[in-house]
Amino acid sequence: MTMIDDLLASQVRIINLGIETFAIELQGLGVPVIHVEWSPPAGGDARKAALLAALADEEEDEA
Amino acid sequence: MSIRAANRVAVERLMEGEPVLVGCVPAAEALGLTGRVVLHAGPPLAWEHACATMQTAILCAVRYEGWAKDDRAALELVTGGAVSLAPCHHRGAVGPMTGMVTPSMPVFVVENRRHGNRAFATINEGLGRVLRFGANDASVVERLAWLAAEAGPVLDAALRSSGGIDLRAIMSKALSMGDEMHQRNVAASCLLIRALLPHLSRATADRAVLARVAEFLASNDQFFLNLAMAAAKAIADPCLGIDESTMVATMARNGTEFGIRVAGLGARWFTAPVNTPQGLYFPGFGPDDANPDIGDSAIVETVGLGGFAMAASPAVAGFIGHGGLPEAIAATEEMAEICLDEHRHFRIPTLVDRGSPVGIDLRKVVETGITPLINTGMAGKVPGTGQIGAGVVRAPLACFEAALEAFGAKSLANRRAPG
Repeated sequence: MTMIDDLLASQVRIINLGIETFAIELQGLGVPVIHVEWSPPAGGDARKAALLAALADEEEDEA
Repeated sequence: MSIRAANRVAVERLMEGEPVLVGCVPAAEALGLTGRVVLHAGPPLAWEHACATMQTAILCAVRYEGWAKDDRAALELVTGGAVSLAPCHHRGAVGPMTGMVTPSMPVFVVENRRHGNRAFATINEGLGRVLRFGANDASVVERLAWLAAEAGPVLDAALRSSGGIDLRAIMSKALSMGDEMHQRNVAASCLLIRALLPHLSRATADRAVLARVAEFLASNDQFFLNLAMAAAKAIADPCLGIDESTMVATMARNGTEFGIRVAGLGARWFTAPVNTPQGLYFPGFGPDDANPDIGDSAIVETVGLGGFAMAASPAVAGFIGHGGLPEAIAATEEMAEICLDEHRHFRIPTLVDRGSPVGIDLRKVVETGITPLINTGMAGKVPGTGQIGAGVVRAPLACFEAALEAFGAKSLANRRAPG
Protein backbone atom coordinates (compact mmCIF):
# COMPACT_ATOMS: atom_id res chain seq x y z
CA MET A 1 0.00 0.00 0.00
CA THR A 2 1.36 3.39 -0.95
CA MET A 3 1.46 6.38 1.35
CA ILE A 4 -1.27 8.08 -0.64
CA ASP A 5 -3.53 5.06 -0.24
CA ASP A 6 -2.87 5.14 3.51
CA LEU A 7 -3.69 8.80 3.58
CA LEU A 8 -6.95 8.49 1.71
CA ALA A 9 -8.04 5.45 3.70
CA SER A 10 -8.19 7.60 6.81
CA GLN A 11 -10.22 10.74 7.58
CA VAL A 12 -8.78 13.45 5.31
CA ARG A 13 -8.13 16.82 6.97
CA ILE A 14 -6.98 19.59 4.69
CA ILE A 15 -4.97 22.78 4.96
CA ASN A 16 -5.82 24.93 1.97
CA LEU A 17 -3.34 27.60 0.86
CA GLY A 18 -4.28 30.53 -1.33
CA ILE A 19 -7.50 30.16 -3.28
CA GLU A 20 -10.36 30.25 -0.78
CA THR A 21 -13.00 28.77 -3.08
CA PHE A 22 -11.28 25.37 -2.76
CA ALA A 23 -11.75 25.53 1.01
CA ILE A 24 -15.37 26.60 0.70
CA GLU A 25 -16.07 23.71 -1.69
CA LEU A 26 -14.51 21.20 0.70
CA GLN A 27 -16.42 22.63 3.64
CA GLY A 28 -19.60 22.11 1.64
CA LEU A 29 -18.68 18.42 1.29
CA GLY A 30 -18.17 18.12 5.05
CA VAL A 31 -14.38 17.78 4.80
CA PRO A 32 -12.46 19.36 7.72
CA VAL A 33 -10.46 22.22 6.22
CA ILE A 34 -8.41 25.12 7.48
CA HIS A 35 -7.92 27.93 5.00
CA VAL A 36 -4.69 29.95 5.04
CA GLU A 37 -4.64 33.25 3.16
CA TRP A 38 -1.58 33.26 0.96
CA SER A 39 -0.51 34.75 -2.32
CA PRO A 40 2.81 34.55 -4.13
CA PRO A 41 5.25 37.37 -3.25
CA ALA A 42 4.86 40.51 -5.38
CA GLY A 43 1.77 39.09 -7.05
CA GLY A 44 3.83 36.40 -8.77
CA ASP A 45 6.28 38.80 -10.45
CA ALA A 46 9.44 36.66 -10.50
CA ARG A 47 11.84 39.60 -10.89
CA LYS A 48 10.38 41.52 -7.96
CA ALA A 49 10.26 38.35 -5.88
CA ALA A 50 13.96 37.80 -6.54
CA LEU A 51 14.71 41.38 -5.53
CA LEU A 52 12.69 40.94 -2.34
CA ALA A 53 14.60 37.74 -1.59
CA ALA A 54 17.91 39.58 -2.07
CA LEU A 55 16.77 42.31 0.33
CA ALA A 56 15.27 39.97 2.94
CA ASP A 57 16.46 40.23 6.52
CA GLU A 58 19.50 38.07 7.13
CA GLU A 59 19.14 34.86 9.16
CA GLU A 60 21.87 35.94 11.57
CA ASP A 61 19.79 39.00 12.39
CA GLU A 62 16.99 36.85 13.74
CA ALA A 63 18.34 36.60 17.29
CA MET B 1 24.37 48.08 9.05
CA SER B 2 21.88 45.40 7.96
CA ILE B 3 18.42 46.36 6.69
CA ARG B 4 16.89 44.88 9.82
CA ALA B 5 19.16 46.93 12.10
CA ALA B 6 18.55 50.10 10.08
CA ASN B 7 14.80 49.57 10.24
CA ARG B 8 15.07 49.09 13.99
CA VAL B 9 16.75 52.50 14.27
CA ALA B 10 14.13 54.08 12.01
CA VAL B 11 11.07 52.71 13.75
CA GLU B 12 12.51 53.61 17.16
CA ARG B 13 12.84 57.20 15.92
CA LEU B 14 9.19 57.15 14.89
CA MET B 15 8.09 55.86 18.27
CA GLU B 16 10.35 57.95 20.45
CA GLY B 17 9.96 61.35 18.80
CA GLU B 18 8.83 64.01 21.27
CA PRO B 19 6.75 66.62 19.41
CA VAL B 20 6.10 69.73 21.48
CA LEU B 21 3.96 72.64 20.29
CA VAL B 22 5.94 75.78 21.08
CA GLY B 23 4.58 78.69 19.04
CA CYS B 24 2.54 80.10 16.18
CA VAL B 25 4.34 82.64 13.97
CA PRO B 26 4.18 83.81 10.35
CA ALA B 27 5.60 81.38 7.80
CA ALA B 28 8.00 84.09 6.65
CA GLU B 29 9.64 83.95 10.07
CA ALA B 30 9.23 80.25 10.86
CA LEU B 31 10.19 78.82 7.47
CA GLY B 32 12.30 81.68 6.19
CA LEU B 33 9.71 81.94 3.44
CA THR B 34 10.73 85.07 1.59
CA GLY B 35 9.61 86.37 -1.77
CA ARG B 36 6.55 85.31 -3.65
CA VAL B 37 6.33 81.62 -2.86
CA VAL B 38 3.26 79.41 -2.47
CA LEU B 39 3.77 76.07 -0.77
CA HIS B 40 1.46 73.22 -1.72
CA ALA B 41 0.71 69.70 -0.55
CA GLY B 42 2.37 66.59 -1.89
CA PRO B 43 5.41 65.95 -4.05
CA PRO B 44 6.71 68.64 -6.47
CA LEU B 45 4.05 69.87 -8.86
CA ALA B 46 4.16 71.98 -12.01
CA TRP B 47 1.26 74.42 -12.42
CA GLU B 48 0.11 72.80 -15.67
CA HIS B 49 -0.18 69.40 -14.01
CA ALA B 50 -2.14 70.63 -10.99
CA CYS B 51 -5.81 69.68 -10.65
CA ALA B 52 -8.36 72.48 -10.84
CA THR B 53 -8.92 72.46 -7.06
CA MET B 54 -5.21 72.97 -6.44
CA GLN B 55 -4.96 75.68 -9.10
CA THR B 56 -7.91 77.55 -7.63
CA ALA B 57 -6.41 77.44 -4.15
CA ILE B 58 -3.06 78.70 -5.46
CA LEU B 59 -4.69 81.68 -7.16
CA CYS B 60 -6.67 82.44 -4.00
CA ALA B 61 -3.47 82.27 -1.92
CA VAL B 62 -1.82 84.76 -4.30
CA ARG B 63 -4.78 87.13 -3.92
CA TYR B 64 -4.73 86.69 -0.14
CA GLU B 65 -1.12 87.82 -0.06
CA GLY B 66 -2.08 90.91 -2.06
CA TRP B 67 0.25 90.01 -4.92
CA ALA B 68 -2.66 90.19 -7.38
CA LYS B 69 -6.06 91.85 -7.31
CA ASP B 70 -7.92 89.08 -9.12
CA ASP B 71 -7.50 85.53 -10.41
CA ARG B 72 -6.47 86.63 -13.90
CA ALA B 73 -3.60 88.70 -12.54
CA ALA B 74 -2.70 85.91 -10.13
CA LEU B 75 -2.59 83.42 -12.99
CA GLU B 76 -0.19 85.64 -14.93
CA LEU B 77 2.14 85.82 -11.95
CA VAL B 78 2.16 82.05 -11.48
CA THR B 79 2.51 81.07 -15.15
CA GLY B 80 5.06 83.82 -15.72
CA GLY B 81 7.22 82.60 -12.85
CA ALA B 82 6.82 85.72 -10.68
CA VAL B 83 5.22 83.46 -8.07
CA SER B 84 6.97 80.15 -7.49
CA LEU B 85 5.51 76.88 -6.21
CA ALA B 86 7.19 74.41 -3.88
CA PRO B 87 6.12 71.45 -1.77
CA CYS B 88 5.43 72.17 1.91
CA HIS B 89 7.64 69.19 2.72
CA HIS B 90 10.67 70.92 1.18
CA ARG B 91 10.36 73.76 3.68
CA GLY B 92 9.70 71.73 6.83
CA ALA B 93 5.93 72.14 6.64
CA VAL B 94 2.83 70.07 5.97
CA GLY B 95 -0.60 71.21 4.84
CA PRO B 96 -3.94 69.38 4.66
CA MET B 97 -5.71 69.00 1.27
CA THR B 98 -4.30 71.69 -1.07
CA GLY B 99 -1.83 72.55 1.70
CA MET B 100 -1.47 76.24 0.92
CA VAL B 101 1.22 78.08 2.91
CA THR B 102 2.27 81.63 2.05
CA PRO B 103 4.64 83.98 3.91
CA SER B 104 2.10 85.92 5.98
CA MET B 105 0.11 82.88 7.14
CA PRO B 106 0.72 81.99 10.77
CA VAL B 107 2.08 78.47 11.25
CA PHE B 108 2.26 76.33 14.34
CA VAL B 109 5.80 75.46 15.37
CA VAL B 110 6.33 71.90 16.58
CA GLU B 111 9.69 70.96 18.00
CA ASN B 112 10.84 67.35 18.20
CA ARG B 113 12.75 67.56 21.47
CA ARG B 114 14.29 64.14 20.98
CA HIS B 115 16.06 65.19 17.77
CA GLY B 116 16.00 68.99 17.86
CA ASN B 117 14.24 69.43 14.51
CA ARG B 118 11.09 71.46 13.87
CA ALA B 119 8.01 71.08 11.68
CA PHE B 120 5.25 73.53 10.80
CA ALA B 121 1.58 73.61 9.80
CA THR B 122 -0.98 76.34 9.29
CA ILE B 123 -3.94 76.86 11.62
CA ASN B 124 -6.86 74.68 10.55
CA GLU B 125 -9.41 77.05 9.02
CA GLY B 126 -12.49 75.10 10.11
CA LEU B 127 -15.11 73.41 7.96
CA GLY B 128 -17.12 74.50 4.95
CA ARG B 129 -15.77 76.98 2.44
CA VAL B 130 -12.06 76.97 3.20
CA LEU B 131 -8.87 77.35 1.19
CA ARG B 132 -7.58 73.86 1.86
CA PHE B 133 -10.59 72.40 0.00
CA GLY B 134 -10.16 74.83 -2.89
CA ALA B 135 -12.85 77.33 -1.92
CA ASN B 136 -11.78 80.80 -3.03
CA ASP B 137 -14.40 83.47 -2.34
CA ALA B 138 -14.10 86.62 -0.23
CA SER B 139 -15.05 84.80 2.97
CA VAL B 140 -12.01 82.53 2.56
CA VAL B 141 -9.61 85.47 2.26
CA GLU B 142 -11.32 87.31 5.12
CA ARG B 143 -10.90 84.32 7.46
CA LEU B 144 -7.23 83.91 6.49
CA ALA B 145 -6.64 87.59 7.21
CA TRP B 146 -8.25 87.24 10.64
CA LEU B 147 -6.11 84.19 11.42
CA ALA B 148 -2.97 86.19 10.61
CA ALA B 149 -3.98 89.40 12.37
CA GLU B 150 -5.68 88.09 15.48
CA ALA B 151 -5.79 84.34 16.11
CA GLY B 152 -2.14 83.63 15.29
CA PRO B 153 -0.64 86.24 17.66
CA VAL B 154 -2.98 85.26 20.52
CA LEU B 155 -2.23 81.55 20.09
CA ASP B 156 1.48 82.32 19.94
CA ALA B 157 1.35 84.31 23.17
CA ALA B 158 -0.54 81.49 24.89
CA LEU B 159 1.90 78.85 23.65
CA ARG B 160 4.94 80.83 24.74
CA SER B 161 3.37 81.26 28.14
CA SER B 162 2.76 77.51 28.36
CA GLY B 163 6.40 76.64 27.79
CA GLY B 164 5.28 74.12 25.16
CA ILE B 165 2.52 71.52 24.97
CA ASP B 166 3.41 67.83 24.73
CA LEU B 167 1.58 66.65 21.61
CA ARG B 168 2.51 62.98 21.87
CA ALA B 169 0.80 62.82 25.26
CA ILE B 170 -2.32 64.41 23.78
CA MET B 171 -2.28 62.06 20.80
CA SER B 172 -1.86 58.98 23.00
CA LYS B 173 -4.79 60.04 25.19
CA ALA B 174 -6.95 60.95 22.21
CA LEU B 175 -6.46 57.49 20.70
CA SER B 176 -8.00 56.03 23.83
CA MET B 177 -10.89 58.50 23.48
CA GLY B 178 -11.96 57.49 19.97
CA ASP B 179 -9.79 59.66 17.70
CA GLU B 180 -7.57 58.27 14.97
CA MET B 181 -6.18 61.81 14.37
CA HIS B 182 -7.07 62.06 10.70
CA GLN B 183 -10.85 62.09 10.24
CA ARG B 184 -11.60 62.39 13.96
CA ASN B 185 -9.79 64.90 16.14
CA VAL B 186 -12.56 65.76 18.60
CA ALA B 187 -10.83 64.41 21.69
CA ALA B 188 -7.40 65.75 20.72
CA SER B 189 -8.85 69.19 20.01
CA CYS B 190 -10.56 69.23 23.42
CA LEU B 191 -7.41 68.11 25.19
CA LEU B 192 -5.38 70.78 23.43
CA ILE B 193 -7.87 73.51 24.27
CA ARG B 194 -7.85 72.35 27.91
CA ALA B 195 -4.06 72.64 27.98
CA LEU B 196 -4.19 76.05 26.29
CA LEU B 197 -7.03 77.55 28.31
CA PRO B 198 -5.17 79.06 31.27
CA HIS B 199 -2.55 80.54 28.95
CA LEU B 200 -5.13 81.83 26.47
CA SER B 201 -6.95 83.61 29.26
CA ARG B 202 -3.78 85.62 29.95
CA ALA B 203 -2.71 86.02 26.32
CA THR B 204 -4.71 89.18 25.69
CA ALA B 205 -6.52 91.75 27.76
CA ASP B 206 -9.01 92.32 24.97
CA ARG B 207 -12.03 90.21 25.90
CA ALA B 208 -13.63 90.59 22.47
CA VAL B 209 -10.51 89.17 20.80
CA LEU B 210 -10.36 86.35 23.33
CA ALA B 211 -14.02 85.54 22.71
CA ARG B 212 -13.50 85.38 18.95
CA VAL B 213 -10.50 83.08 19.31
CA ALA B 214 -12.37 80.90 21.81
CA GLU B 215 -15.38 80.63 19.48
CA PHE B 216 -13.11 79.69 16.60
CA LEU B 217 -11.35 76.97 18.61
CA ALA B 218 -14.60 75.59 20.00
CA SER B 219 -16.30 75.39 16.63
CA ASN B 220 -13.87 73.08 14.86
CA ASP B 221 -13.71 69.35 15.68
CA GLN B 222 -10.77 69.05 13.28
CA PHE B 223 -8.70 71.84 14.84
CA PHE B 224 -6.06 69.36 16.00
CA LEU B 225 -5.56 67.79 12.55
CA ASN B 226 -2.89 70.26 11.47
CA LEU B 227 -1.09 69.75 14.76
CA ALA B 228 -1.20 65.97 14.41
CA MET B 229 0.32 66.46 10.97
CA ALA B 230 3.07 68.78 12.15
CA ALA B 231 3.80 66.43 15.04
CA ALA B 232 3.98 63.49 12.63
CA LYS B 233 6.35 65.36 10.33
CA ALA B 234 8.55 66.41 13.23
CA ILE B 235 8.70 62.75 14.27
CA ALA B 236 9.23 61.31 10.77
CA ASP B 237 11.76 63.74 9.29
CA PRO B 238 14.74 62.52 11.36
CA CYS B 239 14.23 59.10 9.76
CA LEU B 240 15.15 60.39 6.29
CA GLY B 241 18.76 59.45 5.59
CA ILE B 242 19.00 56.31 7.71
CA ASP B 243 21.05 54.32 5.23
CA GLU B 244 19.77 50.80 4.49
CA SER B 245 16.33 51.40 6.02
CA THR B 246 13.35 50.34 3.89
CA MET B 247 10.90 52.24 6.12
CA VAL B 248 8.62 54.81 4.50
CA ALA B 249 9.23 58.24 6.07
CA THR B 250 6.86 60.42 4.02
CA MET B 251 3.56 59.92 2.21
CA ALA B 252 1.89 62.92 0.55
CA ARG B 253 -0.46 63.72 -2.34
CA ASN B 254 -0.82 66.78 -4.54
CA GLY B 255 -4.10 65.89 -6.27
CA THR B 256 -2.21 64.55 -9.28
CA GLU B 257 0.50 62.32 -7.85
CA PHE B 258 1.01 60.33 -4.68
CA GLY B 259 4.58 60.58 -3.43
CA ILE B 260 6.61 58.65 -0.89
CA ARG B 261 10.08 59.11 0.52
CA VAL B 262 12.02 56.27 2.10
CA ALA B 263 14.36 56.48 5.09
CA GLY B 264 17.25 54.82 3.24
CA LEU B 265 16.79 56.88 0.06
CA GLY B 266 16.79 60.37 1.59
CA ALA B 267 14.98 63.27 -0.03
CA ARG B 268 14.11 61.50 -3.31
CA TRP B 269 10.40 61.23 -4.14
CA PHE B 270 8.81 58.19 -5.76
CA THR B 271 5.48 59.00 -7.33
CA ALA B 272 2.51 57.43 -9.07
CA PRO B 273 -0.89 58.79 -10.11
CA VAL B 274 -3.22 59.28 -7.14
CA ASN B 275 -6.40 57.27 -6.63
CA THR B 276 -9.75 58.89 -5.89
CA PRO B 277 -11.22 58.42 -2.38
CA GLN B 278 -14.39 56.41 -1.83
CA GLY B 279 -16.71 57.09 1.07
CA LEU B 280 -19.77 59.00 2.18
CA TYR B 281 -20.82 62.21 0.50
CA PHE B 282 -22.59 65.26 1.81
CA PRO B 283 -26.16 65.67 0.49
CA GLY B 284 -26.19 66.57 -3.18
CA PHE B 285 -22.78 65.09 -3.98
CA GLY B 286 -21.61 61.70 -5.26
CA PRO B 287 -18.55 59.80 -6.48
CA ASP B 288 -18.41 61.74 -9.75
CA ASP B 289 -17.93 64.99 -7.81
CA ALA B 290 -14.81 63.92 -5.88
CA ASN B 291 -11.38 65.37 -6.53
CA PRO B 292 -8.52 62.87 -6.77
CA ASP B 293 -6.60 62.24 -3.54
CA ILE B 294 -4.88 65.33 -2.18
CA GLY B 295 -3.03 66.59 0.90
CA ASP B 296 -0.02 66.10 3.16
CA SER B 297 -2.25 64.60 5.84
CA ALA B 298 -1.12 61.06 4.98
CA ILE B 299 1.88 61.91 7.18
CA VAL B 300 -0.31 60.79 10.11
CA GLU B 301 -0.68 57.32 8.55
CA THR B 302 3.11 57.34 8.08
CA VAL B 303 3.53 57.42 11.87
CA GLY B 304 0.79 54.87 12.65
CA LEU B 305 -2.34 57.00 12.98
CA GLY B 306 -5.33 57.65 10.69
CA GLY B 307 -6.28 54.54 8.71
CA PHE B 308 -3.61 52.54 10.55
CA ALA B 309 -5.35 53.31 13.86
CA MET B 310 -8.87 52.78 12.51
CA ALA B 311 -9.58 50.25 15.28
CA ALA B 312 -9.29 53.09 17.81
CA SER B 313 -12.10 54.93 16.10
CA PRO B 314 -15.09 52.80 15.04
CA ALA B 315 -17.14 55.99 14.74
CA VAL B 316 -14.84 57.15 11.96
CA ALA B 317 -15.14 53.83 10.15
CA GLY B 318 -18.89 54.41 10.00
CA PHE B 319 -18.59 58.06 9.07
CA ILE B 320 -16.38 57.35 6.09
CA GLY B 321 -18.36 54.34 4.89
CA HIS B 322 -15.87 51.72 6.03
CA GLY B 323 -18.25 49.65 8.18
CA GLY B 324 -18.22 49.36 11.98
CA LEU B 325 -15.97 47.97 14.69
CA PRO B 326 -15.16 44.62 13.00
CA GLU B 327 -14.16 46.40 9.79
CA ALA B 328 -12.16 48.99 11.73
CA ILE B 329 -10.23 46.25 13.53
CA ALA B 330 -9.68 44.41 10.24
CA ALA B 331 -8.28 47.60 8.69
CA THR B 332 -5.73 48.05 11.47
CA GLU B 333 -4.80 44.36 11.38
CA GLU B 334 -4.29 44.57 7.64
CA MET B 335 -1.99 47.58 8.07
CA ALA B 336 -0.02 45.60 10.68
CA GLU B 337 0.97 43.23 7.87
CA ILE B 338 3.02 45.95 6.17
CA CYS B 339 4.51 47.52 9.31
CA LEU B 340 7.66 46.88 11.30
CA ASP B 341 6.26 47.17 14.81
CA GLU B 342 3.43 48.09 17.15
CA HIS B 343 3.64 51.57 18.62
CA ARG B 344 4.90 51.82 22.17
CA HIS B 345 2.92 54.98 22.97
CA PHE B 346 -0.05 54.91 20.58
CA ARG B 347 -2.17 52.14 22.15
CA ILE B 348 -5.59 51.00 20.94
CA PRO B 349 -8.21 49.99 23.55
CA THR B 350 -10.31 47.88 21.15
CA LEU B 351 -7.22 45.76 20.44
CA VAL B 352 -6.74 45.10 24.14
CA ASP B 353 -4.20 47.90 24.33
CA ARG B 354 -2.00 46.66 21.50
CA GLY B 355 -0.01 49.36 19.76
CA SER B 356 -0.99 50.92 16.48
CA PRO B 357 0.93 49.47 13.48
CA VAL B 358 3.94 51.70 12.83
CA GLY B 359 6.81 51.89 10.37
CA ILE B 360 5.64 50.95 6.85
CA ASP B 361 8.16 48.57 5.32
CA LEU B 362 8.53 49.10 1.59
CA ARG B 363 9.38 45.43 1.13
CA LYS B 364 6.21 44.25 2.85
CA VAL B 365 4.04 46.51 0.70
CA VAL B 366 5.50 45.13 -2.53
CA GLU B 367 5.58 41.55 -1.24
CA THR B 368 1.94 41.47 -0.11
CA GLY B 369 0.42 44.00 -2.49
CA ILE B 370 -1.25 45.56 0.56
CA THR B 371 -1.04 49.33 0.19
CA PRO B 372 -1.47 51.90 2.98
CA LEU B 373 -5.08 52.76 3.79
CA ILE B 374 -5.59 56.47 4.25
CA ASN B 375 -8.57 58.19 5.85
CA THR B 376 -9.29 61.44 4.11
CA GLY B 377 -11.62 64.32 3.52
CA MET B 378 -12.91 64.66 -0.02
CA ALA B 379 -12.71 67.91 -1.92
CA GLY B 380 -15.05 68.73 -4.79
CA LYS B 381 -13.30 68.56 -8.16
CA VAL B 382 -15.16 71.62 -9.39
CA PRO B 383 -13.14 74.63 -8.24
CA GLY B 384 -14.66 76.54 -5.34
CA THR B 385 -16.92 73.70 -4.14
CA GLY B 386 -15.06 72.95 -0.92
CA GLN B 387 -15.49 69.69 1.01
CA ILE B 388 -18.04 67.17 -0.32
CA GLY B 389 -17.53 64.23 2.04
CA ALA B 390 -15.03 61.92 3.70
CA GLY B 391 -13.73 58.48 2.88
CA VAL B 392 -10.76 56.20 2.46
CA VAL B 393 -8.21 55.86 -0.28
CA ARG B 394 -5.35 53.49 -1.03
CA ALA B 395 -1.83 54.59 -1.80
CA PRO B 396 -0.88 53.41 -5.31
CA LEU B 397 1.39 50.35 -5.37
CA ALA B 398 3.49 51.70 -8.23
CA CYS B 399 5.37 54.28 -6.12
CA PHE B 400 6.38 51.57 -3.63
CA GLU B 401 7.52 49.33 -6.48
CA ALA B 402 9.61 52.14 -7.96
CA ALA B 403 11.15 52.88 -4.55
CA LEU B 404 11.98 49.21 -4.04
CA GLU B 405 13.76 49.09 -7.38
CA ALA B 406 15.82 52.14 -6.45
CA PHE B 407 16.51 50.80 -2.98
CA GLY B 408 17.60 47.44 -4.42
CA ALA B 409 19.93 49.08 -6.93
CA LYS B 410 21.58 51.15 -4.19
CA SER B 411 21.75 48.50 -1.50
CA LEU B 412 22.99 45.69 -3.72
CA ALA B 413 25.60 47.98 -5.29
CA ASN B 414 26.85 48.86 -1.80
CA ARG B 415 27.20 45.17 -0.97
CA ARG B 416 29.23 44.58 -4.14
CA ALA B 417 31.49 47.56 -3.53
CA PRO B 418 34.96 46.60 -2.28
CA GLY B 419 35.75 47.29 1.34
